Amino acid sequence: MTISKLVLIELWKRKSQLITGLLAITLGISVIVAIQSISVVSEQNVARNLDNLGANILVLPQAASIDDYYTSDIDAPTLPMDYVERILTSTIAGVDNMSPKLTRRVKVGDQSVVLTGIQPKSEIASKPLWQSSGLTGAEIKAACAPTQSDNKSHGLEDEKLKRKAIDTLNYNDCLAGSQVAKRLKLNVNGQIKIMNKEFRVVKILPETGTVDDDRIFANLKDVQTLLGIENQVSAIEIMGCCNAISDGLLGKLRNILPDTRVTTIGQIVSTQIETNQLMKKVTLVMLIIIFFVGGISIGNYIWANVNERKREIGILRMMGAERGTIYEMFLLKSLILGIVGGALGYVFGTLAGVILGPYLAGIVVKPLYLYLLWSILLSVAISLTGSLIPTYLAAKFDPHSNLQED
Amino acid sequence: MILQGENVLKQYHHNGGLINALNNVSFKVNKGDFVTVTGPSGSGKSTLLLSIFGLIRLTSGTIIFDGKRIDNISDRKLTDVRKKSVGYILQSFALVPYLTTIQNVMIPLALEKIPKKEQYKRAAAILDYVGLSDRMEHLPRELSAGQQQRVAIARSIVHRPQIIMADEPTGNLDPSLSLEILDFLKKINRDNKITIMMVTHSPVAAEYGTLKLHLNEGKIVESSKVKLYSPELLNN
Repeated sequence: MTISKLVLIELWKRKSQLITGLLAITLGISVIVAIQSISVVSEQNVARNLDNLGANILVLPQAASIDDYYTSDIDAPTLPMDYVERILTSTIAGVDNMSPKLTRRVKVGDQSVVLTGIQPKSEIASKPLWQSSGLTGAEIKAACAPTQSDNKSHGLEDEKLKRKAIDTLNYNDCLAGSQVAKRLKLNVNGQIKIMNKEFRVVKILPETGTVDDDRIFANLKDVQTLLGIENQVSAIEIMGCCNAISDGLLGKLRNILPDTRVTTIGQIVSTQIETNQLMKKVTLVMLIIIFFVGGISIGNYIWANVNERKREIGILRMMGAERGTIYEMFLLKSLILGIVGGALGYVFGTLAGVILGPYLAGIVVKPLYLYLLWSILLSVAISLTGSLIPTYLAAKFDPHSNLQED
Repeated sequence: MILQGENVLKQYHHNGGLINALNNVSFKVNKGDFVTVTGPSGSGKSTLLLSIFGLIRLTSGTIIFDGKRIDNISDRKLTDVRKKSVGYILQSFALVPYLTTIQNVMIPLALEKIPKKEQYKRAAAILDYVGLSDRMEHLPRELSAGQQQRVAIARSIVHRPQIIMADEPTGNLDPSLSLEILDFLKKINRDNKITIMMVTHSPVAAEYGTLKLHLNEGKIVESSKVKLYSPELLNN
């Protein structure tokens, strides 16, 4: 006989009370796990899709507007190339890829085209549509959520790891957007003269439906020299991890690049951020409610159990049980309740997520095994917190008066 | 001498006044004594029994047990004294309802953290001693009143205490069962030299005592020691 065996026997002999005690905490944990299972997979899906769209953060000179970025006027402001290095050497997490570029509208014959200087490796990495045309090279490293171990456990493939960046875009070589190629009748391996410099067209890019279709892309260094704007760029496009954007990536970038405009590209990012934040708030509210409801429920159950066992407590104290033994008895019981409640809550919540996920959010939810640990830890914390006061009172009971209870 | 009380006082506040449940009680108990404490209801018998080892805290006075003062020691130390040296038997048996007979008997050994095998061995031997070896896996509700009290007795001696404090141990039993239990207590007292201090209403039970204390209104009003004659003297 040990105190832990005594606790287990008592739990087993009073199974109906055990079920009642577990009900609230199990339901509470189930709700949180179900919400989280759906929302995490949903967030990951959206984040993955968003990342696959390419760059989602734009760093522009302070004086530049979004129009400047698109129209690429000859006098559009620029920012120092050093800023790329500044971001690289910072400790900011969530920057997956950076594409600095210098863009200017130039004349080719009597046609006006936009010439964009790019760093090939980083540029191709951020343009999934280009990659489908076979522009692949070395693997890039992604810092975004799907590469993190906890998210890998969600079973999400990291699309970016599959992406390859083109290794080089040689001096005097260029890539032509689909529209500009048609307009200027450009062919692969054909020549194009820009500002008295001959470029060889190494690739006609696939149609993307973006401004890229009307652009000619050449090596950034080449373009900077050609335009006479050394070590300057028009913009830095960044592939920011969606989760990192939610966690304030823009603000962190603004802190290290104070004289720039840092903005997100497209409404989708802000929508996703809002969705993520909403889900976090909902989960937090649920967590607070469940902490109180679960804690009060367990506390109430333990208090009822203490009252029911007053005489037993008195007997044990009479026989030489210390106050610590009474603490051990009831806290061990609530620990077991917490573990069982957390595990059951995880199972029911995961089942609810897996079953309801496709109907409610149109997504396939897989079990998040890491949440088993969190469910148990949360449940144990709720259970122990709720049991502290009843246990304290039980240990303080006067053994003599409890012996007289009948 | 195993137990001594000097000017033991226990006062309660009641309706704005003070009531002396124990009023400067003094007594001496030798090792191996069978002490019976009698008196009318409210005379302070149970208060005396429960206050000696700290289940009720005294207002003043001195208690010396096994040569050491215990009235002024901490709750933790008093708990330790109860755990190692005292066995309790109560009128209502005080068994844990969801534990089997042998599990109930093992509780004092579990509190002393004695290894499980040793616990089982000792508890089984004691249950055999009290004649319940065939009821080891029964729950208290499956036992008769007399059997339940024998389980309580087994539990009170399993950890080899120096003294047993019994509060009306036959109060819930019919006369024949009472005699059975009293004979058994006497047997324990003689066989094991365990001192017994027993509170009782019953004049028959009181006759088992070698030291008889009679209380009234919180005071010992009568104390008599039964002379035990050795077999040699009786033969002469």
